[in-house]
Amino acid sequence: MGEPAIRIEAVDKWFSAFQVLRNVSLSVGAGERIVVCGPSGSGKSTLIRCINRLEEHQRGRITVNGVELTESLKNIEAVRRDVGMVFQHFNLFPHLTILENCALPQILARGTPRRAAEARAMEFLARVRIPEQAAKFPGQLSGGQQQRVAIARALCMTPKVMLFDEPTSALDPEMVKEVLDTMVGLAEDGMTMIVVTHEMGFARRVADRIVFMDGGEIIEVAAPGDFFDRPQSPRTRSFLQQILH
Amino acid sequence: MTIACEPAPPPRPQRPPLWQILFGDAGSAALTIVTLAMLVGLAPALNWAVFDAIWQADTPARCREGGACWAFVAAKLRFIMFGVYPPDEQWRPLVVTGMILVMVLVSLPPRFWGRRLVAAWLVATAAMLALMWGGFAGLRPVTTANWGGLPVTLLLALLSLGLGFPFAVLLALGRRSRAPVSRLLSILTIEVVRGLPLVGLLFVASIMLPLLLPAGWTIDKLGRTLAALTLFAAVYLAEVIRGGLQGVPRGQVEAAQALGIPAWKMIWHIVLPQAIQKVIPPLTNTAIVMVKNTSLVMIVGVFDMLSAGRSAASDPNWPSPYAETYVLVGTVYFAICFGISLYARWLEKRVQEKEYR
Repeated sequence: MGEPAIRIEAVDKWFSAFQVLRNVSLSVGAGERIVVCGPSGSGKSTLIRCINRLEEHQRGRITVNGVELTESLKNIEAVRRDVGMVFQHFNLFPHLTILENCALPQILARGTPRRAAEARAMEFLARVRIPEQAAKFPGQLSGGQQQRVAIARALCMTPKVMLFDEPTSALDPEMVKEVLDTMVGLAEDGMTMIVVTHEMGFARRVADRIVFMDGGEIIEVAAPGDFFDRPQSPRTRSFLQQILH
Repeated sequence: MTIACEPAPPPRPQRPPLWQILFGDAGSAALTIVTLAMLVGLAPALNWAVFDAIWQADTPARCREGGACWAFVAAKLRFIMFGVYPPDEQWRPLVVTGMILVMVLVSLPPRFWGRRLVAAWLVATAAMLALMWGGFAGLRPVTTANWGGLPVTLLLALLSLGLGFPFAVLLALGRRSRAPVSRLLSILTIEVVRGLPLVGLLFVASIMLPLLLPAGWTIDKLGRTLAALTLFAAVYLAEVIRGGLQGVPRGQVEAAQALGIPAWKMIWHIVLPQAIQKVIPPLTNTAIVMVKNTSLVMIVGVFDMLSAGRSAASDPNWPSPYAETYVLVGTVYFAICFGISLYARWLEKRVQEKEYR
């Protein structure tokens, strides 16, 4: 598979005195789909937030498409150009219309001409199946629709890697499916994805590998079949018992 | 099996009869009576202002008896509005006042906000100042010492708020910045200026500053006054804007960062618009306070509308018509400030409609 898209080597991170990541190492190949799961507070969100430098790691190395994340702003910019992110609470810009939400970042970050940016925004809004909402504001959409807009907004930047930080946790149950379907479509198109989620059905169906974290450590990495049917670690087993009633 | 369920119409709101609103219970009855009593109490004022008022007077002496002397206001209106600006040239401040009104009206709808509007304001302000100054194209030069009245009030209010705003944004960002130098500098500026009374600041600007500057350096008095007002407006606006910045969720910044939007563009396009939308009421408050603060420039001898009014009323030919003058000047201030309030209410409603259906 050659150079992996993301290489995380022996990363440690502390929030003041509290260690949130302990000696975490993980390589993600291009086109690979990783699901990260684990109890709350296990460091899974922090881990993916380190990949686009929303959080700084204090020890170890993180390399994205051959660029190492350091203090260098140039490197950070280069990595963020390649990495899209979808948040638990959507984080759409509430003062902009849906179309502007998708078009403005292209204009500001890439200098794309407005007309081209809007055309591209419409293309991806169509892809997440809500082009008819383009003129509305985020507050006028349902949670599921907002999350799909957030996915379209990230895709407009032509990322090579997509990070999903609990994308369905803030949604009402009846809206989870529409967002997961969008993500499955994305996976089928070959996008490299790292998804932090509790949706085990999605994990089983889409993931190439499942990463289980607890207490800031990676406890187990396995293909979905092995992970669900033959978990190695007792911690994994007790976690699975709790979420798969 | 499906049960057809017709959506029920909402119940019709029932308004109680008028007598019940006014006298329905002890509280409303008391309020109604007190209000009526106050209206009756105002009757003499109405007499003074309307029935006994003198609307026209051939000689000022006719105003010595009776009620309000509106004849005086009619006679001195030009002086109150334009001060000691040469009477033959008073079409110039009139045009400037008209330009200010047009520019303000054009600036109201948010869809016109943008770089072009800022450019239009710069050009318009330069044109207004040039027209007031004169000294070109056959226009008689008029020094700022002779400017006065409404255009001075309007120019001071608009320019102090307009010039203060960008500084306010910088101060607010500085105070929240992680860099210690800019943070301390911002805190120092804000706390020192906010801790001084405006009158003191105006004195420093108009009397002490010329003494401190090296010989030969002069800055126009009106300019110095404007600088003091601008600084004062900036620190108050800065604290209001800082409040708005604190209300913008962290996730907005993170989303912008994750999308690779550069820091300054993020502040300008993502953070500031949201921050300002959140603080429209206190911004309105500051704007209104600043409009009225301009009347304090009287203390350092700048001839704004209020000083022009007082000076008109001290004309010994007329029987000291101060009340009439203050009613007129007060009405103009009220019209401006109430206009600002109405506009802010409209803006707020617009923001709300965006956020909730």
